Amino acid sequence: MLGVTDLRAAYGRIPILDGISMSVAEGELVGILGHNGMGKTTLLKTLMGYLRATAGEILLDGDDITALEPHQRVRRGIGYVPQGREIFPGLTVRDNLRMGFAATSLNDDQVIEPILADFPRLKPLLDRPGGSLSGGEQQILAIARCLCGRPRLVLLDEPTEGIQPSVIDEIAELLQGLRDQHRLTVILVEQNLDFIRALSERVLIIQRGAITREVAAEHLADSEMIAEFVGITE
Amino acid sequence: MEQVAIYAYQIGVSFSIFILISLGLAVIFGMMRVINLAQGEFLMLGAYACVLATQAGLSLWLSMFVAAAVVGLFGIVVERVIIRFLYGRIVDTLLATWGLSLFLVGGITTLFGPQSESVVNPLGNVTVGDIALSQYSLAMIAIAIALLIGTYCLWRFTRFGLIVRGTMQNPDMARGLGVNTDRVFMLTFGFGAALTGFAGAVLVPITGAAPPMGVFFIAKAFITVISGGHLPLIGTVSASAIFGAIDGFVAFVSSSVVGEMSVLFVAIILLRLLPMGITGHLRRGL
Repeated sequence: MLGVTDLRAAYGRIPILDGISMSVAEGELVGILGHNGMGKTTLLKTLMGYLRATAGEILLDGDDITALEPHQRVRRGIGYVPQGREIFPGLTVRDNLRMGFAATSLNDDQVIEPILADFPRLKPLLDRPGGSLSGGEQQILAIARCLCGRPRLVLLDEPTEGIQPSVIDEIAELLQGLRDQHRLTVILVEQNLDFIRALSERVLIIQRGAITREVAAEHLADSEMIAEFVGITE
Repeated sequence: MEQVAIYAYQIGVSFSIFILISLGLAVIFGMMRVINLAQGEFLMLGAYACVLATQAGLSLWLSMFVAAAVVGLFGIVVERVIIRFLYGRIVDTLLATWGLSLFLVGGITTLFGPQSESVVNPLGNVTVGDIALSQYSLAMIAIAIALLIGTYCLWRFTRFGLIVRGTMQNPDMARGLGVNTDRVFMLTFGFGAALTGFAGAVLVPITGAAPPMGVFFIAKAFITVISGGHLPLIGTVSASAIFGAIDGFVAFVSSSVVGEMSVLFVAIILLRLLPMGITGHLRRGL
């Protein structure tokens, strides 16, 4: 579904991505694990088009999307849940959800009810301003808002960041349910080892802007190996 | 009884003038944070468009819509050619729009001369007791309220309004949800310009159209929108109500110059007491 070849990107003159190559098949949940500053978020931003690739190629369903604007990529089926969630603080939860499909031809009845069935926790919050929600609720809302646009490929950037453990478990269950029900294709960027292990089928390790290794999720239990390649220990 | 009617009339007229001159700015500055110093000249262009349209034989009412369309399109051109390169660059925006304002005043003076143009007021007077009230001023109050309600409904109840509100709060996220924010900025600026052009046309029968007319309104418009605070529509309405009441009352018992001075005085005190503006503490709304 998604093919990335030798992708490079930079902030100004500082190179961040140094030749990323990876591919994601339909229905797969791929984790990307790495330290802060290794290029995880930059990779997702380049896949989204916020950052222009300086070299390399991004193929979506065989089409070259490397030069497209973010909104054009979204219209081709990519969904984005950014780091920090980026809820519209002054819009109600309902309007935040509506923004998720505002650029499509879908209407309220087609989207809101089914989404609330998947995310019952948002139901009592619909008329509250997005800015008044807790971090965990905002994260759930951000995922729901993304799914409102019916993406085929979801880019998920550190959904556990700054969220209390009980809510992290809830989000993990939610994502597992969604993956099984809707056969979503997901790229999940994380530092939280348990979370990424619980969800991913395979995990790519990113170091200094390149994918250095691919690990099957079950091998992530081998903490020595992880310590060696990622520098993260449990 | 007559006295009450007269005061209500004066205050209503003042209120509607504040609404008319500020509504476009509430969109362009209040929502988009673009400090458009050519805002007064947009009003002036609307006035001239209205004068030309009536001279071409259209009715005044139709000419108002022509003025809105002309200035709206002009606003879109300005956004494409100048403003879109300057989002977030306040000083550059100030300079560019100031230059645009000088250019427009000069251009219109060259084309039409420095004298004031006018249109015939199509409506007569109504008398309340011994005093005659201008029907056109009453119509102007109704138009201002209609524009206000129309704009509120557009932002509050349509998909375009939702997209605009979301885009103005967080353009990057809006793009990440598939919104073509470049186009949203263009259309929103154009809409603000169209509102301003419409207002300019509505004012013509009262003020006439002259090249420097924008200068008389722009300060009032900025004071109103800034005093309103971060919610552009509710803020502008409440600030217009306060300033309109003061201006209408003081201008009636004293003179219009004293009326304007008292508005400025009240605005200074208001912003001293509420530095975030009237709606500074409200969390959400329009």
